[in-house]
Amino acid sequence: MKLYNYMGYELIEKIKNKEISIQELIETSFQRIEESEHLLHSFVNFSKEKALERAKLKDKDLKKGREIGSFYGLPLANKDLICIKGFPTTCCSRILKGYHSPYNAFVIERLVEQEGAIHIGNTNMDEFAMGSSTENSCYGPTYNPWDISRVPGGSSGGSAASIASGQAILALGSDTGGSIRCPASFCGVVGLKPTYGRISRYGLVAFANSLDQIGSITKCVHDSALLLEIMAGKDPLDSTSVNIKVDKYTEELKKSIDKKVLGVPEEFFGEGINNEVKSSVKKSIEKLESLGATTVKVTIPHLEYTVATYYLLCMSEASSNLARYDGLRYGKMSQNLKGDVYDVFSRTRNEGLGAEARRRIFLGTYALSAGYYDMYYIKAQKVRTLIKNDFQEAYKKCNFIVCPTMPSTAFKIGEKVEDPLQMYMDDVLTCPVNLAGLPAISIPCGFDKKDLPIGFQIIGNYFDEKGILNIGYQLEQELNIYRKTAPVVKGGK
Amino acid sequence: MIGLEVHIQLTNLKTKLFCSCSNDYRGTEPNTHVCPICIGLPGSLPVVNKKVIEFAIRLALALDCKINNQFWFFRKNYFYPDLPKGFQISQYNKAGGKAFADGGKITIRLNNHKIDIILNRIHLEEDPARLVHKGSIATSPFTLVDYNRSGVCLIEIVTEPVISSPEEAREFLKQLKSIVQYTGISNLELEGSVRVDANVSIKGYDRSEVKNINSFKEVERALRHEIIRQKNILKRGKELIQETRHWDDKRRITIPLRTKELEEDYRYFPEQDLVPIEINNDFIQKVKSELPEMPNERSIRFRKEYGLTEFDSYNLVLDKNFADFYEEGVKSYPSFGSEEYKLYCNWLMNDISRWLNNNNKTIKETKITPKHLVDLINTIKDGKITGKIAKSFIPDLMVGVNVKALIEKTGKKRISDKEYILKIAKEVIINNPEIIKDFEKNPRALEALIGKCMKKTKSRLDPELTRKILLELLSNKIKK
Repeated sequence: MKLYNYMGYELIEKIKNKEISIQELIETSFQRIEESEHLLHSFVNFSKEKALERAKLKDKDLKKGREIGSFYGLPLANKDLICIKGFPTTCCSRILKGYHSPYNAFVIERLVEQEGAIHIGNTNMDEFAMGSSTENSCYGPTYNPWDISRVPGGSSGGSAASIASGQAILALGSDTGGSIRCPASFCGVVGLKPTYGRISRYGLVAFANSLDQIGSITKCVHDSALLLEIMAGKDPLDSTSVNIKVDKYTEELKKSIDKKVLGVPEEFFGEGINNEVKSSVKKSIEKLESLGATTVKVTIPHLEYTVATYYLLCMSEASSNLARYDGLRYGKMSQNLKGDVYDVFSRTRNEGLGAEARRRIFLGTYALSAGYYDMYYIKAQKVRTLIKNDFQEAYKKCNFIVCPTMPSTAFKIGEKVEDPLQMYMDDVLTCPVNLAGLPAISIPCGFDKKDLPIGFQIIGNYFDEKGILNIGYQLEQELNIYRKTAPVVKGGK
Repeated sequence: MIGLEVHIQLTNLKTKLFCSCSNDYRGTEPNTHVCPICIGLPGSLPVVNKKVIEFAIRLALALDCKINNQFWFFRKNYFYPDLPKGFQISQYNKAGGKAFADGGKITIRLNNHKIDIILNRIHLEEDPARLVHKGSIATSPFTLVDYNRSGVCLIEIVTEPVISSPEEAREFLKQLKSIVQYTGISNLELEGSVRVDANVSIKGYDRSEVKNINSFKEVERALRHEIIRQKNILKRGKELIQETRHWDDKRRITIPLRTKELEEDYRYFPEQDLVPIEINNDFIQKVKSELPEMPNERSIRFRKEYGLTEFDSYNLVLDKNFADFYEEGVKSYPSFGSEEYKLYCNWLMNDISRWLNNNNKTIKETKITPKHLVDLINTIKDGKITGKIAKSFIPDLMVGVNVKALIEKTGKKRISDKEYILKIAKEVIINNPEIIKDFEKNPRALEALIGKCMKKTKSRLDPELTRKILLELLSNKIKK
């Protein structure tokens, strides 16, 4: 068994027990990258030298008995929109090419500086996290490790592909409408999107700031819990982060789920959801029942409005959040300086932003304009409240909501590029969670006939990460497919 | 009708509105008081400076506004090089938003009338960066951006369109400046701490908004210009259009910026990086209890305690330091009574104010002390110097020389020696036969003769004694 086939928590033990060195582990990651990256394109920037240097230092410190942090040098892949001091943060956009952040994001401060994870590189994503396939990257797409003719999902597609293929052990992502859970589902790994406010967004480049949340992509639930323990908590630099007790998530995993009530919303199994996905998810629900959980029918009546609501809001916010990219202070300014300042701003943005980003800025600008604001933005906010209420009604009857993560398994590269609306519809099961601000996790629960992974989604009530991790862990252990590493081949079936 | 939007910087804050950069950017190297937050780097988030809330409550209380118990921010979206995020974090009283506080008023005095200027609201926002040009904006070959100012806290005071003349506007701003000074939230003497936009309309016609009036002094001038411009257009039978104009303080005219059709759509929507902040009544009460005496209260007290006229007290309290000077002075000498209170006030309001105006200084920027003025008044009372000599001491007093030293230095002691005065008076009478002739018809010519005597002695003669001696000499002459 290769080192990269182990779970993160197991590798920590191996390092602690001096079975392996941190240097060995980091070298394994870069070896794996070397043999698979040309097929996957998970990364957009590497920090190989620094990572190896850190690994050696940590090995030395460890030998001397010094504290080196709870992650013991585990290789961490970072999504290219979380700021790392002195490292390029480009959001996979031409407009930020050459931009190096002068500061660390809160989560980087915690994971890397404080707890000793080793950053190995930044992963590919849809430009500014706008997309569900990682095809909207200025660096070109990432390919699905289970079938490289297919998309890895998005927008955190690079992070998911790097974990599924063993290039990295831990990965960071961000989730605005499903950007962690979608690629986790398509790549057969664990994706956790915590409650809005559970993890500081300081240093996360905003796409839609009322929906964005940092989370993790890992091979197993245990690793996910490890990361959350460190990342969760109040940060004075993020006013929306919440001061609520951070649980010892890893200690909750093995608790019995006996008598836990799982809500099954019929709308989440409706038309448009692939039958193989439905039956795999239903089988998993039965597994959970066999572990003592009970099920109850619940309903999210406004589900049919969520995609429209979500896109109105995220585009409106994006139109404002992306206004700062004018090339004046940082990033890439147009070479053509003719005309006045507005001409240069327009040209810079036109050249620097990709088609999807521009589409969303246009639509968002339109939705916020005088005369349309009430009709679109305000109305969407009202529907958002209705959706929140739907979930709260459902939680009166159950502890968790269980459903598929994605309507289908991974689709072919280029299949939906020409049809953005169809692409948007793929967010139907994930984006309501962001609108409500709830925590959710996607767990691989099986494969379809093409051997593509299927994702099982568990949605918890506010700040019940402990609960969804517990259910997720129990399901994962019961199914016992999580050790399967993606083959990194072109699918035949 | 005129409505004003007055933006003032809260210069007495230590840090900016949303980050911990120093607020005190004046005179600093460009782009050194900046951080990821105030230059809007990707991934940065704003956090509200808690002191701002206290300062805003102080002003809202002083202006009699109704403070809203919950406050949050909106984004005002537009592109400009001075705006690093592409939006300004501000407040909005529409689209579900609320200002920091609504209503309020400032009472002004003009031509012995009291007028209430009603306020619409006050709200908070961040200051954009400073644009720097070489020479004038029109001819500069470049624009430099200094982000040191970016993110400094502004408070905007919006009046109802109830101001009926440039003079009223001037008095309003004087009062506002005074109140701001008393609340201790800002020093509006600092350059660039004030910016005013004015909505000007002639009844029944479309308004224009005049932007970029960068000091209180300019407001009256800009308003006068704009009113005349609008009247002239109507006189010529042309139509006024709703437009935004720019005050060019070099040429002293308003120039068109854009018409209503091209009015920018700021796409206001809530700033969700900041959570709504609750302001509870206990906190408001606490701030209220710590609020110092405001100028109007002080003015009333001055009238009661020192017997000053309404006019004097109103003007005396405008500058807090000036009023503090007065109180310290009159209280420092227990034997002072109503006569001295009045005298002390007159010295401040006349000679000292004139000197301050001419030298463009405030009392705090000079070295005169309340004790100096007490000494001056006592020295006159004791007959050691004349009032006229005392007046000539003012420039020296303002730079910190004390009265005793001045008397010694200039020898300006009052001369009461009858023989000496007689000698001078005789000389003057001999040398001015025309005035003597005039005096026979016009007794007021005596003043001219006194003046001649004073001039000869550098005003050191006792004026009353001189008058008496001159009169005696002249009446003897006429009898002859």
